[in-house]
Amino acid sequence: MNSVALLSAAKDGILTGSVYALMATGLTLVFGVMDIINIAQGILVILGAYLSYALQLHWHIDLFVGLLITTPTMFIVGVVIERAFIGRLKGPEKTAMSILVTYAVSLLIEGGLNMIFSVNDVQLQASYVSKSFAIGQVHFGFIYVAGFILAAVLLGALYVMLYRTRFGMSVRASLADQASAALVGIDVRRVSTITFGIGVAVTAAGGMIYGATNSFNASSSYDLISRLLTIIVLGGMGSLGGAMVAGIAMVFIGDVVGVVWSPVWSTMAYFVVLILVLLWRPQGLFGRASARVA
Amino acid sequence: MKHGNRRYLRVLSATSLAGASLVTMVGASGASARSHASSPVKIGISLSLSGDFSADGQAFQQGYKLWAADINRAGGLLGHKVVLDIKSDASSPTQVVTNYQALISNDHVALTFGPFSSLLSLPAAKAVSRYGYALVEGAGGAPSVFQAGLHNVFDVSLPVADDLMPFAKWVTSLPAAKRPKTVAFVTSNDPFTEPQVTTIEPLLRKAHIKTVYNHVFPAEVTDYTSIADAVAASKPQAVVLGSVDVPTVSAFMQAFEQSGFSPKVFIATGGPDQGSTFIKSVGLKNANGMMVPNAWYGGSANPLSRVMVAQYVKKYGGTASQVSSDVAEAYSVGEVVAQAVKATGGFNNQKIIKYLHSGVTLQSVQGPVRFNGLGENTVPTAFTFQWQGAKFVQVNPVNDRNSVRVLYPKPAWGK
Repeated sequence: MNSVALLSAAKDGILTGSVYALMATGLTLVFGVMDIINIAQGILVILGAYLSYALQLHWHIDLFVGLLITTPTMFIVGVVIERAFIGRLKGPEKTAMSILVTYAVSLLIEGGLNMIFSVNDVQLQASYVSKSFAIGQVHFGFIYVAGFILAAVLLGALYVMLYRTRFGMSVRASLADQASAALVGIDVRRVSTITFGIGVAVTAAGGMIYGATNSFNASSSYDLISRLLTIIVLGGMGSLGGAMVAGIAMVFIGDVVGVVWSPVWSTMAYFVVLILVLLWRPQGLFGRASARVA
Repeated sequence: MKHGNRRYLRVLSATSLAGASLVTMVGASGASARSHASSPVKIGISLSLSGDFSADGQAFQQGYKLWAADINRAGGLLGHKVVLDIKSDASSPTQVVTNYQALISNDHVALTFGPFSSLLSLPAAKAVSRYGYALVEGAGGAPSVFQAGLHNVFDVSLPVADDLMPFAKWVTSLPAAKRPKTVAFVTSNDPFTEPQVTTIEPLLRKAHIKTVYNHVFPAEVTDYTSIADAVAASKPQAVVLGSVDVPTVSAFMQAFEQSGFSPKVFIATGGPDQGSTFIKSVGLKNANGMMVPNAWYGGSANPLSRVMVAQYVKKYGGTASQVSSDVAEAYSVGEVVAQAVKATGGFNNQKIIKYLHSGVTLQSVQGPVRFNGLGENTVPTAFTFQWQGAKFVQVNPVNDRNSVRVLYPKPAWGK
């Protein structure tokens, strides 16, 4: 076995996995607080990528600078989706219905993106996208390292927001028990709207990194959402830490197995791990057994 | 098994057979009966307008629509205006079956044209065969399509297993000092890519080109970085990538560049032939030297192709180099079916199938078409194309008068 290839695979797993972790964080946060499974998260990541693409194409705005525009824009998109569709879901079938509603939202956005940008694949371009530096014989792509740092900063910011702010306390209270949170005066509806907005806002950064490292079109969202869902299932639905660990684990396992064994087994290896974990802990690595009892 | 059960099964089998035959007869004869004089003739097509193959599906749609516009301008099929009935299959092998069933049973189309990719052409051909319809397609050339024993499927393009042969012949014909010493084979587990790659591996080995990496990756993989890094770490001088689309090639190219690895030869089975879509993804400078096998390109000297390319550029803009080969493959389907309809004097699918199996040579923008008993086109020539600057040019076979000199070794990335 080539040791350089193995080290490169481990490096790729950690760097790429962190970006998936960031994208999955929005999904797990929304589920944790709202009992909503946001199937549209994949297309929202792609929408974030297309926003960066449009800013770059028409106004020549750098990808990272563009995040100052795309992140608040995606937050507003999230708030609008929550107010228009998600917030209207009530009752015991809310979680199941959320899958259908967010899938419909996903189809609407996909159709819109296809009309505006066509189905031809595009990729975000910048001088640093294909540049790299080497430590020993292992090369680190700038964009992947930047993606890792960005994911770490945003996940850190989310952590601080959740555990060091009054709003975060409201989110955690809603996450633990919505009815009790409402009884102590927390505006659960408002918390839900803002949480959904935050969950969608992280797709701006995730989408930008994804779009700079992959050619994409609106249909790329299907591959993304299937991966994001498996991440939050492994990590434990509603667990931020779980999403981070599982995001990195998913890519790391696949990449290392691809080098040690064969790429043909890389996807299956992750699912074997997922099944074993679920047999051992049906609630996922960091999920709570009865986390979302209404 | 009990005797009663056997009898029941025999009756059931006989009923099923009779039912299937009836469906076939109704389907086939129904199609011919629907062609009243001067009424439009409807052609049913399932295309991947979303999903993994959406870029190719859209290009195919352009090709079909371009052909329909051209044939209608020329008076239609036997005087009937052509109307295309296109349904999206979202790149799904199950949806494609549903679509063709609906096109035949509900929409009562007279003819069916194929979808994009071997992955969808096989289930599509099986579905339409139950109704006795012919499926003429332009992007289902994998051996698995023809090995299914179907009598109704016809691929107007080059059978994919031979696609890389001119490339292999060129590489092995290089003087030993110039020839790559090592090669990496890396392919998606797709019926379009794997046969191409496995066919040339022994030829290169025989020419003492050592295989340093040879792996298949699952088609559903979306992150290729670690695979590309593993290829780069094995330091091959030549890379043969079995890819079906632009994102795969683009990801490998980017990962190679980040690894500081630039092979002397890099050929991908699909992606670089996608014209402007490929260039937009990888950039013109990085495209320089990239190779791809195919049977057609925008600069083809075929007079039919020149007319089609001119029509395409007039309608959609761009240059000849930017026309996707998918457009020509789809357009060829229309041309072949039009000739069969004219020769048989109607839209009877059984007559069309018989005619296409007769060994007749037909003409298309991709060149001559003649089918063997399996429905493979036996007469096309495989070529290798290469991006050289802003131009997409033919480089193999070397002795073909339209081939230009191969840009070898491939320039470093961005040069």
